[in-house]
Amino acid sequence: MLTLSGVCKRYPTGDRALSDIELSLPRGQITALIGPSGAGKSTLIRCINRLVEPTSGSIRLDDTELTRLSGRELRRARRAMAMIFQEYALVDRLSVMENVLSGRLGHVGFWRSFLRRYPAKDVTEAFRLLERVGLSHALDKRADALSGGQRQRVGIARALVQSPQLLLIDEPTASLDPKTSRQIMRLIRELCAERRLAAIINIHDVALARQFADRVVGLRAGRIVFDGKPDELSAEILTTIYGEEDWDTQADHERDAPSKSKTQSHPALMSPISALAALSTGSTR
Amino acid sequence: MPVSISPQGQPRWRLRTSRAQWLGYLAWLIGACLFLLCWKMISDNTMWVFVADAGRQGGDLISRMLPPDWHYAHRLWKPMWDTLNIATLGTLLGIAMAFPVAFLAARNTTPHPLIRSLALGLIVSSRSINSLIWAMLLVTILGPGVLAGIIAIALRSIGFIGKLLYEAIEEIHPTPVEAISATGARRLQVMSYGVLPQVLPAFAGISVYRWDINIRESTVLGLVGAGGIGLQLNAAINSLAWSQVSVIFLMIFVTVLASEWISARVRHAII
Amino acid sequence: MNREQLADQAFTREALASTGRWRRLPFIADPKVRWAMGIGAAVYLALALASIEVNWERVAEGMSRALNFLGAFTQPDFLSRRDDIIDGILESLTMTLTSTVIGVALAIPVGLGAARNIAPLPIYLVCRSIITVSRTFQEIIIAILFVVMFGFGPLAGVITLAFATIGFMAKLLAEDIEDLDWRQVEAIRATGASWWQTMNHAVQPQVMARLIGLSMYRLDINFRESAVIGIVGAGGIGATLNTSMSRYEYDTSAAILLIIIAVVLLCEYGSSHVRRWTQ
Repeated sequence: MLTLSGVCKRYPTGDRALSDIELSLPRGQITALIGPSGAGKSTLIRCINRLVEPTSGSIRLDDTELTRLSGRELRRARRAMAMIFQEYALVDRLSVMENVLSGRLGHVGFWRSFLRRYPAKDVTEAFRLLERVGLSHALDKRADALSGGQRQRVGIARALVQSPQLLLIDEPTASLDPKTSRQIMRLIRELCAERRLAAIINIHDVALARQFADRVVGLRAGRIVFDGKPDELSAEILTTIYGEEDWDTQADHERDAPSKSKTQSHPALMSPISALAALSTGSTR
Repeated sequence: MPVSISPQGQPRWRLRTSRAQWLGYLAWLIGACLFLLCWKMISDNTMWVFVADAGRQGGDLISRMLPPDWHYAHRLWKPMWDTLNIATLGTLLGIAMAFPVAFLAARNTTPHPLIRSLALGLIVSSRSINSLIWAMLLVTILGPGVLAGIIAIALRSIGFIGKLLYEAIEEIHPTPVEAISATGARRLQVMSYGVLPQVLPAFAGISVYRWDINIRESTVLGLVGAGGIGLQLNAAINSLAWSQVSVIFLMIFVTVLASEWISARVRHAII
Repeated sequence: MNREQLADQAFTREALASTGRWRRLPFIADPKVRWAMGIGAAVYLALALASIEVNWERVAEGMSRALNFLGAFTQPDFLSRRDDIIDGILESLTMTLTSTVIGVALAIPVGLGAARNIAPLPIYLVCRSIITVSRTFQEIIIAILFVVMFGFGPLAGVITLAFATIGFMAKLLAEDIEDLDWRQVEAIRATGASWWQTMNHAVQPQVMARLIGLSMYRLDINFRESAVIGIVGAGGIGATLNTSMSRYEYDTSAAILLIIIAVVLLCEYGSSHVRRWTQ
């Protein structure tokens, strides 16, 4: 459904953020995008909805060539791709309900949105989503009165109220604690399954990627260096993505005492492989 | 911090290197010369006979001002009401004009760099020119009266509010703006959802602050004929009725203090 | 509203929202206060607007002058009153500089005295009242008094601006000193330093950068003010400007205004450099 071919991004400073990205996503698939900081994960996601302009290449959503759109057509295309942000990117001084409803802005005229006169079906849908993410009681709270996990739930509700076909998710768990991170990832996974949404999740936590994604794409210095199933991720592949690191030391230790690892430390806090080991011994999805 | 070795072999510490120190002395010397030169120009243009007389003149002035002519106060209510109106309506008009200008002038919301420099030019011109000059000009155009005062205050307020507001807009968090754009919102919607809520407290604070300043400014606009209590002040001074002048001064003093108090309270409540 | 009512209201709003009816929470929660404020504002506006008397014939007559004035900006006349303009601008500049230097120098003791944490109460009250008087009256009013006392000419202007500078700088300086980091002061005091030494080593480093920045800002303000106090005879470019406007010589006025704008721009540019330099 989403096809990227030959996408390049070069910043005016001359830094090559992306080179020759070839990627194709079918409907309903959750793809995790992993890679070291500065590999171009965020740039790639932002090129798709054109918050960042790709330098060359083609990005197609169904039959629409996204790179050539402008003005009204770009806005129309953006309605079909919702984005969830690392720092939640809620408008702090607006209420939770206003934040969720802002997902409908692409469908509502300026004055209606300015006076907050949204159509009843938008409001019903927004409320239903707030209920779904467990925040219906907070609808009049200001966004900055919520905890991190709650804010990300509002962010998710705002994305889904757009009724998108595709979710672009930028580091959804980077500012959250390990437990909340897993709750958020599980929520995203469930919602994608309910609505048959494709999603690209840009994530630096390999354990979470492994656990919640259908497919993992590894990015290094702006190039795709791995594309496969989560269980194909081996120590060698992690080395190609992240560079040399003794991925297995911890893992040996974990194999010695698998039952202890579950109680003592959380997967997200461990090195990627040790986390995998811990997960494989404990609960799976 | 330079540490050098003295001839006796002891380490010596000084705050600056000698080069920096000499440059510092030189800057002070140039500054002092410039000041003395300016002072000389001013004293050449001054009649020192009058200055020597200043103490006696001042004492004389105070003795004429006291006691204040309290009966005169009854004739000041209407001019005071005009003054308040000039300040308030002028501020409102200024806000209405400054608001769009600030959005055009902020780097992150301007539609085009050329429009940005135009808006910045407008802000600088409005800021550079005192409201009294605007009033002088408007009195020759519109004729004397409150209207000229209101527009003068508004024209001066554009620059003040516009500058502070566009600086506030440039300092907002960019991520909510990005998020709103990503929903497919149009430009105006991005402004009203992503930018406006972030700058609204600053905007309200700036406006109230300017209202307080404008109360003070509008007390003198009458000197050039633009309405308000300044008209009475001008008349009283011209007829050397100093006991009336002191009543006007007291009235201005109380009004300005009250407006300052209100403005401080409101700003405190917002922040 | 008590807590129960609030809880009720929240519940109702949830129920309404689930059926698609939702409105933003009003800015002022209490409907009575909301209506009272709205009506009050409307009544004030109506009364205020009604009390403006406009002579529309005079305004219509003035419109051609307004066009003349705007047109004058495209061809300002710097030449026909060249000497007046040069003298006036020079006088304004010298007044600006002198008054800022004197004003800042005097503002420092007043500011120290107006800071509650380092000054004894009687000095504090005296300094605070100086600040209040200086800030309340517009420069023009003060200029009128000083012109009466010192005679026409730039000296009255310099004293006026210096007086206004004292109020402005001393207030901000006092606030700075009241906010300063007290631990540093205690550390210096603990070494057995005298009052002067404490000021020099603990207070000055903390407020100096802002003091310089504010002085530059005040320099800018004083220039702009020096352009108007000439109207009441206190020297500077204001007198020339006033004359040119009342004679409808808008091309000369435009020239003067352009010069003022240019000087203010230069001032701002310069002060941003100085500030970067001192920080």
